[in-house]
Amino acid sequence: MIRYIRRAAALCLLLLAALLVNAVRVMLVEAGELDANPANRRGSIARWAEPRGEIVVDGKPVTGSRDSGEQLRWERTYRRGPLYAPVTGYASQTYGTTMVEHAEDGILAGTDPMLAPLPLWNDLTRGRSPGGDVVTTIRAPMQEAAYRGLDGKRGAVVALEPSSGRILALVSSPSYEPGVLSGTGPDVKDAWTRLTTSPNQPMLNRALRQTYPPGSTFKIVTAAAALDAGVVRDVDAPTDTPDPFVLPGTRQVLPNSARGCEDASLAYALQWSCNTVMAGLGVDVGLAGMVEAAERFGFDDTTLRVPSWVAKSTFDRDMSPDQLALSSIGQFNTTATPLQMAMVAAAVANTGEIAQPYLVDRTTTSGGATVDRTPRRTHRQAMSPSTALQLQRLMVKAVDEGTGANAAIPGARVGGKTGTAQHGLGNTGTPYAWFIAWAQAEDSGRPAVAVAVVVEDAEASRTDISGGGSAAPIARDVMREALRLEAESRASGTPGARGTRGTDPPPRPHGPPGTRPAPRPADPPATRPRTIPPSPPPRPRGAPGTAGTP
Amino acid sequence: MTAPRTTDAPPAAPPPGVRGPKRRGVELVLLLGAVLISVCGYAEVGFAHDGAVPPDAARYGAGLGLLALLAHLAVRFRAPYADPLLLPIALLLNGLGLVLIYRLDLETPHDLAATTQLVWSTLGVALFIVVVLVLRDHRALQGYAYVSVAAALALMILPIFFPAVNGARIWIRIGGLSFQPGEFAKILLAVFFAAYLSANLSALAYAGRRIWKFQFPTWRVLGPIVAIWLLSVGVLVLERDLGTSLLFFGLFVIMLYVATGRTGWIAIGLLLAAAGAFLIGSVEPHVHGRVEDWLDPYASIRAGHGPGQLAQSLFAFAAGGMLGTGLGLGHSVLIGFAAKSDFILATAGEELGLVGLTALFLLYALFVARGYRAGLALRDPFGRLLAVGLASIVALQVFVIAGGVMGLIPLTGMAMPFLAQGGSSVVTNWVIVALLIRVSDSARAPLPEAAETGETGEPARVEAGR
Repeated sequence: MIRYIRRAAALCLLLLAALLVNAVRVMLVEAGELDANPANRRGSIARWAEPRGEIVVDGKPVTGSRDSGEQLRWERTYRRGPLYAPVTGYASQTYGTTMVEHAEDGILAGTDPMLAPLPLWNDLTRGRSPGGDVVTTIRAPMQEAAYRGLDGKRGAVVALEPSSGRILALVSSPSYEPGVLSGTGPDVKDAWTRLTTSPNQPMLNRALRQTYPPGSTFKIVTAAAALDAGVVRDVDAPTDTPDPFVLPGTRQVLPNSARGCEDASLAYALQWSCNTVMAGLGVDVGLAGMVEAAERFGFDDTTLRVPSWVAKSTFDRDMSPDQLALSSIGQFNTTATPLQMAMVAAAVANTGEIAQPYLVDRTTTSGGATVDRTPRRTHRQAMSPSTALQLQRLMVKAVDEGTGANAAIPGARVGGKTGTAQHGLGNTGTPYAWFIAWAQAEDSGRPAVAVAVVVEDAEASRTDISGGGSAAPIARDVMREALRLEAESRASGTPGARGTRGTDPPPRPHGPPGTRPAPRPADPPATRPRTIPPSPPPRPRGAPGTAGTP
Repeated sequence: MTAPRTTDAPPAAPPPGVRGPKRRGVELVLLLGAVLISVCGYAEVGFAHDGAVPPDAARYGAGLGLLALLAHLAVRFRAPYADPLLLPIALLLNGLGLVLIYRLDLETPHDLAATTQLVWSTLGVALFIVVVLVLRDHRALQGYAYVSVAAALALMILPIFFPAVNGARIWIRIGGLSFQPGEFAKILLAVFFAAYLSANLSALAYAGRRIWKFQFPTWRVLGPIVAIWLLSVGVLVLERDLGTSLLFFGLFVIMLYVATGRTGWIAIGLLLAAAGAFLIGSVEPHVHGRVEDWLDPYASIRAGHGPGQLAQSLFAFAAGGMLGTGLGLGHSVLIGFAAKSDFILATAGEELGLVGLTALFLLYALFVARGYRAGLALRDPFGRLLAVGLASIVALQVFVIAGGVMGLIPLTGMAMPFLAQGGSSVVTNWVIVALLIRVSDSARAPLPEAAETGETGEPARVEAGR
């Protein structure tokens, strides 16, 4: 019997060994896979177990946390949520994170290894650091001015500091309270349903993620392309443009809402927004030249992060001449985000160079030690400095005595460009009123701010210079705040239009001009045959009706 | 072992001088260690949860210490030669179980179980003391073979007349107290098997026909035991208490094998088990679901119903990793309603890690090994079979439930011995400890009788309980 007892004992030992091997399998070998299973709530529990770090605007947090006592414990709260929603986004136990809450989640949630006191510290202690803070570049007075100006109308405002790329204001309207999405339960679900089904799309970040036809504001890009390509050598010289202008290869006539556009100079065309001149110039520059110019400004770029991703602004690469003509005045398939158009204005203001736009100045640990600082980086050279200087002059003229008169600020040099864009089938959609501008204090060495404003304005009609009517005053108010802040910071001895950074790079010398395509002999400047060469009929691709773009 | 005895001849004493010392002091020190570890765990839970030692930690320690001391005194005076490891291991496991249940209570303030469990543990230890005091010789149980089997069947059939809980009819409720009589039937059946098999050893081994290679005992001998066993397994399947039916099956096969030494039994047992399991698994929906869940624990996640209990349990184990999250810092409460009973091991795995889990398994292994050791050292077949049976009950329980909650085998409801919430289980297991103490005492005690002759098998290896 002894032998059999021993064998029975061995069997029990075998069972135990099986248990141990299985324990190793579950707890070590497959552990990673099990931990990462989306149905495993431990990750979420750990993530919300501590208050998130704060998102800071002008030295004050615009976020907070409240202890809900639930399993996913700390819920996000927002101070002036609707105002800053396009910047912060939401951080929801149920719906995840967006915008800065998403892009800087590692810092805010404390998982970023840079927050740990020592390398691999958190891995060893199985803990996580307290959430760090994210300091934004937003200036509260400008943000508020923009929000007030939009006044709940559908639209967006983006303001940049041209020299550095800092985003000073980022407003989308109508907005929403991100705090209602914090937590779990039926209230959050109802709020989500309400917000996502609302016809006003309050959760859409129109400043970064919505593209609009830019209308006449795109004429700045076309003008830069024409000057850089040598199509126009003298901005004050008359161009050879008929009025009315027949789109090449079609019988379509392109109307103007401005007067005196026949053979008008580039200067006049920008001052009064002549469709015919700019469409003609676009055709003269040619498809390749226009595509290249648009891409130098940042169109067709999907890689831009600020650190939230930005929707792609488009300029079609494959068009017939008539479509190219329409695209050159911001119609047809040309679309742009408000941020993109702010970059266009900033490029002019900053002598042709676009600084990489960014929203997060620096991230810090919960104790305030800097973890990471966003450096100033050159994003693109949109045009040559000389072109930029000429455009500055023309944009100033458009404000001083042109379509943008509503944006004038006493005691400052302001340049701007209006735009109106129709859209929808047969242009039945609410027109968009655009205004892009930049402003420079008279006693300052460089422009303080570049702005793009877009408003869906039912009052705008193509005969009205509505970009100047409804969008320009908003831009003016925002720029006024920027100039005021700049003056304040200079008075207090801090350079730059902000009080957050100690030292500033000196004003940059003009960089080397961008690649300037030489005028091609096959494309002689400023002389276009008046006879319309036979060409294939236009593709029925969203060609507008009698679209005017004042 | 070739000279089966069917009589109650007094067991023979080995040569003098082989018997080891009593080792009661060792037991006392180990008991103190067990109490200390449990109290430390209790304090740690308080620290993790409130940042302070629970106010009643000292009381808890004192209570556990008092239980340990009383049990130790009973052993010291009534079973002085008993194995010194059995009692400390049982106490440590019970103490840790209380800590884990208390820790889970913190997450479920509306459903507290630690106090109840402590009462049951006290009752278990009290019963342990009673058994140690009253039962002076394990061979006295031999005479109660048929009484105990009748009682076991009665206990098992009883719950059929009570409402089912969580799909299993294994409870009887009297007033506010619920009890699983099937738990206690384990011991009774082990006693019966041991008594019957030891009484019919030779008949089982040599009588009967040969069929092909297998020597079958006559039905006269085999009939009653198979009938009893089939009856009990049948009843349990009827009550949906699969864990216990699996346990009885394994217990029966092991004891039969130890009694007869025929490997055929194991083979036949395994074949029968496989056939029965397959049959039940495909016919019975409740069991079928368990098997499905075992084959693919994540099916419900993919179907969008969220993780099932087994998936949650595996998540908990995975979260533990090598060192665990620390007591009171895991989230095994996500498992749901059975977290304190069937799935208590998941809490241990998550919060103590693979290291802690291995320690627990080794404690069980040590306990089982000491039971087997007592069986090896004994001279009477009944005692041997009883020791092997009782140790196997613990081993099989651990395997069935630990394998179930870790996805090794299909999940069957059963309590982790000493560790899990469940009054009946704790009390039953304390009685098992008492019987093993009694058996090991008689195995290690120096006996005045003359040495037995005719034992040609391997002499019993005995060692001092180091």
